[in-house]
Amino acid sequence: MGASQTRSEHKYQDLMDKTGFSVEQIKNLHKRFEQLSGNEETISRENLENIPALANNPIRRQIIGAFFDKRNQHQNEVGSFEEIGFEQFLMVMSHFRPPTLKTTEEERETMRKEKLRFLFNMHDTDNDGTITLEEYRKAVEELLSKSGAIGQEGAKAIADAAMLEVASTNVPHMAPDDFYEGITFEHFEQILKGLEMESRMHIRFLDVDTTTMRCGRSTS
Amino acid sequence: MPSRTCSHSPSGFGKSLPEQGLLLLVVLVLLEGSVLPLGAASSPDVSHQDDSHNHKVADHGVNATKKVFPVLDVDYHHIQTPFEISLWVLLASLMKLGFHLIPRLSSIVPESCLLIVVGLLVGGLIKLAGEQVPPVLDSRLFFLCLLPPIILDAGYFLPIRPFMENVGTILMFAVVGTVWNAFFVGGLLYAVCQIQPANPSSLHSIELLHCLLFGSIISAVDPVAVLAVFEEIHINELLHILVFGESLLNDAVTVVLYHLFVEYAGVGTVTVMDGFLGVISFLVVALGGVLVGAIYGILAAFTSRFTSHTRVIEPLFVFVYSYMAYLSAEMFHLSGIMALIACGAVMRPYVEANISHKSHTTIKYFLKMWSSVSETLIFIFLGVATVDGPHSWNWTFVTVTVILCLVARVIGVVGLTYIINKFRIVKLTTKDQFIVAYGGLRGAIAFSLGFLLDQNQFAHRKMFLTAIITVIFFTVFVQGMTIKPLVELLAVKKKQEAKRSINEEIHTQFLDHLLTGIEDICGHYGHHHWKDKLNRFNKKYVKKCLIAGERSKEPQLIAFYHKMEMKQAIELVESGGGVKLPSAVPSTVSMQNIQPKKPPPAKAAERALPQLPKGREEEIRKILRSNLQRTRQRLRSYNRHTLVADPYEDGFSDLLIKKQKMIELEKKIKEMNNYLTVPAAPPDSPTMCRARLASDPQAYSMKPVSDSVPVIQVDLASPQSPDSVNVMDEFRRANQEEDQGLMMKPPQGSSGSNKPGEADTTRDQQRLMRCLSDPGPSADEDEDEPFLP
Repeated sequence: MGASQTRSEHKYQDLMDKTGFSVEQIKNLHKRFEQLSGNEETISRENLENIPALANNPIRRQIIGAFFDKRNQHQNEVGSFEEIGFEQFLMVMSHFRPPTLKTTEEERETMRKEKLRFLFNMHDTDNDGTITLEEYRKAVEELLSKSGAIGQEGAKAIADAAMLEVASTNVPHMAPDDFYEGITFEHFEQILKGLEMESRMHIRFLDVDTTTMRCGRSTS
Repeated sequence: MPSRTCSHSPSGFGKSLPEQGLLLLVVLVLLEGSVLPLGAASSPDVSHQDDSHNHKVADHGVNATKKVFPVLDVDYHHIQTPFEISLWVLLASLMKLGFHLIPRLSSIVPESCLLIVVGLLVGGLIKLAGEQVPPVLDSRLFFLCLLPPIILDAGYFLPIRPFMENVGTILMFAVVGTVWNAFFVGGLLYAVCQIQPANPSSLHSIELLHCLLFGSIISAVDPVAVLAVFEEIHINELLHILVFGESLLNDAVTVVLYHLFVEYAGVGTVTVMDGFLGVISFLVVALGGVLVGAIYGILAAFTSRFTSHTRVIEPLFVFVYSYMAYLSAEMFHLSGIMALIACGAVMRPYVEANISHKSHTTIKYFLKMWSSVSETLIFIFLGVATVDGPHSWNWTFVTVTVILCLVARVIGVVGLTYIINKFRIVKLTTKDQFIVAYGGLRGAIAFSLGFLLDQNQFAHRKMFLTAIITVIFFTVFVQGMTIKPLVELLAVKKKQEAKRSINEEIHTQFLDHLLTGIEDICGHYGHHHWKDKLNRFNKKYVKKCLIAGERSKEPQLIAFYHKMEMKQAIELVESGGGVKLPSAVPSTVSMQNIQPKKPPPAKAAERALPQLPKGREEEIRKILRSNLQRTRQRLRSYNRHTLVADPYEDGFSDLLIKKQKMIELEKKIKEMNNYLTVPAAPPDSPTMCRARLASDPQAYSMKPVSDSVPVIQVDLASPQSPDSVNVMDEFRRANQEEDQGLMMKPPQGSSGSNKPGEADTTRDQQRLMRCLSDPGPSADEDEDEPFLP
C-alpha cells in the first residue's frame, strides 16, 4: 500500500505542479477519465458527446471543442487534437479551480487572465486573436439554440448590440468610416471586468470520490 | 439632494440659509400644530362632550321650537383617528424632506438617527404640553401595518442570484447565530444578575427563563434598521446580502424562541422534550412560512396572467396577495416575514413578464413609498415611545446587556465564519467579518416584542424595555453613525455602480451553461447542475402556466435585452430626443463601424441587374416606409433576386447610420425649434418596443400611412430569417439624394406639421429604435399581399 502510494504520488506530482490540483482530486478525476474513455488511454469527442447530461446543454459543442483545443494546453500551440490524454484533460479542468484564501493579488490576476483566455478561445474559433462579429453572433446563437425560434430571431440583434457596446466602451471615438475589427483580448477583459471571473468561473472539485455515488451513468 | 439646494443659490451655502430657515420654521410650526391635537386627542374628551351636550339641551329647553342652525360646527371626534394618522404620516414625510434639504447633515448622520431624535422631540413636546403620549408603537399597529410594506419591498426586490449563491452562509448566520446570541446573552445575563450577593437587588428575582426570553428578543438583527443604515453606505453586494438576508431570515428563529420562552416562562420548567419540540417548531415555522408565501406568490402570478384587459388593477393584486400571505402566516404563528419574502420573490419573475410597464413602475414606486413612510414612522415612534416610557433604569442590567450583545455578536460571527469558510469558495475575509459583526443592528422589532410582554407575568418588563431601548439606541446611533467612516477607513469594497451590460449578461448565461457542462463532464451533481435542472423545469412547466401568451417561451437573455432596449428608448425620449446617448461613454461608434466592410455599393447604372422603373421605385419606397412603421413581424428578408439589395447587413447598418444622423439632426432641430424637442410621441411610443405589446391596452398599431400599400413578402433567400427590418439599397440610395439625410418623405396625402422633416425625424427615430429591437414573437398580422404576383 505504501509503495504504490508513493509511486502514485510521483506519478501525480508532475500533474500536481502543473495544474495545482491535490492528489485526491487528481485521483478522482482520473477515475472519471477512465469511465469516460472506457478504460482507455485517451478520450475522443464521441466519448464526451455521449454523456447524457450534456444533451441539454446549448453550448455543448463549444464545451467539447474546448477540451480538444490546443490553445488551452498553455503550450503555445494551435489547432485541435483528435483525442486527448489524461494530462490534457486535467489541464483543461485546471482552468476551473477556485482561488483560495492564500491566493495573492497577482496570482488572482493571473488566474483571471487564464480564465478569460479560456472563454476567449471558446469564442475565437478561427484563432485570429479577435472575436469578429460573425463569431460573436454564432456564440449567441448557440447560447439561444435551445430556445427555439424566438431565440434565433433575437440572437443576431443581441450579438450586434453587444458588439456595439464593446466597441463603444473600448474605442469611443470612431469616425464613420472606421471599422472595428473585432474584440481583442484586452477589450474582452475590459468588458468582463465587472464579473470577477476568478471568483465566478469555478466548480467544486471534490476530494471525495463521487463517481460511485452518481445515479446516472455515462455510456462510453 | 444637496446639489439641488446648491443650484438654487449660485453663491453657495450662504444664500440658501434664509430658505432653509424658512422651511425649518414651517416645519416647526407644523410640528407644534400637529403635536397638540395628537396629544389632546388621546385624553378623553368627555368633559368637552358633556359641555356641548348640556349646551344643546339647554338650548332646547330655552328655545323649544326655534333652534339656531349651526352654521359652523367643529366636530373633531368624527374624524379623529384618520386625522391623527394623516398628521403622523405628514410629519414623517416633512421630516424626511427637511433632512435632505440640509446639505451636510444627511451625509454625517444616518436618517434613522435623525428620525429617532425627532421622535424624542415630538414625544417631549407632547409631554410638555401636558397631554398623554399616545401609545404609538402599539404592537398590533407595528406588526400589521408598519412592518409589512418594508418587508415586501425588500422581498420583491431581493436580488435572487446573490441571495441564492450565499443562502448557506445566510442561513448559518441567521439560525445558528441568533440562537447562539440568545443563549449567550440570556445565560450570562442571568449569571451576572445572580452575582452580587452582598447587595441584594431586584435583579435577583429574575428567573433564568425570563433572561433567556430577553436574550431571544434582543438578539435578532433587525431588517428595518439594517436597511436604513446600509442603504446609505453602499457596500458591496456580498456583504449587503449577507447582513440583510440574515436580518430577514432570523425572524423564524425569533418567533420560535419568543413563543417558546413565553410559554415555558409561564410553566417554569423546560424539559428535553420541550427542546425537541422547539426544534420541530422552528422547522415548521420557517418552512411553513415559506410555503404559505410561495403559494400566494403562485396565485398572484397566475392571476396576473389574465390581467391583460384590466391593467389598472394589476398592482393591487401584487399588494393584496402579499399582504394576505403575511396575515395568513401570522394567523398560524408562522414566520410572516419569511412568507412575505417568499411571496415577493416567487411571484416577481412571472408577474413582471405579465404586467404592463406602467404597472411595473406603479408597483415599484408604491412599494418604495410605503416602505419609506413606514420606516420613517417606525423610527419616529421609537423616539416617542422612548419618552413615553415606562422606564425602569438599572445600571447593571442595561450596561451588561449592551456589552454582552456586542461580545456575543463578535464571537458568533467570527466563530461561524471559521466554520463557513471551510465550505465557501469565496472566503470571507476579516474585513468582511468585521462589517458583518458591526452591521448587526437592533431595531423596532425587538422593542415591539418586548412591548408585547404581559406585565403581570413578567415583573421586569419595564427594565427589559429600558434595556431594549438602550441597545437599540446604541446600535443605531453609535454603530449606525460610525459604520460609514469605518467602511471608508477599512477600504471595504463598495457597490459597483456600473449598470449591467448586455455583454455581462451574455457571459453570465454562458458561464452558467459552461459550468454546468463541466460539472457534467466531471460527473458530480453540483450546485450548477441542480440550478440548471430547476431552470429547465421552470421553463418547461411553470412558465407555461404562469405567463401569458408568447412571453412564456421567451428566453431570459432576450427578456433582458428587451428591458435594456426599453430603458435606452425611454432615456432617449426623456433626454429630449437623443442628445444624450444611452451609453455611459459618449461614443460615435455606430453599427457601421462594426459591420464587415463591403465594397462600396455600385451606382445604379453600374448594376448588373436592371434598374427598376421610377414608379416601382416610389412604390418600393412607400412599402419600405410602411414596413418600417410596424414593429414586429419583420422576419422576412428581401430576396436578392427581387430587389437590388445587398446582403441585409448593409441596409441594417445604414439604418443605424441614419439613426445617428437623426440624432444629430434632432439636436439641430432642438436649437431651431422648441416645441418639437421631445418626440411628442403618441402615448404609445418607445414603450412599444417590447414584444408583448399586443396585450398592452394602448396597443400600438400605426397603420400604414397610405392604405392598400402592398407589403413585400418575398421568399426567403436564406432560411435564417433576419430579425430586423431590411432596408435595401434603393432605399439608401434614395436617401443619399436628400441632403439632410432624412429617411423618408411623407406620403403625398400627409397632413400635419409644417415641418414634415421633423415629424418624420421623430417618427423615424422611434421606428429606428424599434428596428433595433427584436420583434419578438409574431403577433397580429396585417394584410400581406405578395409584392410580386
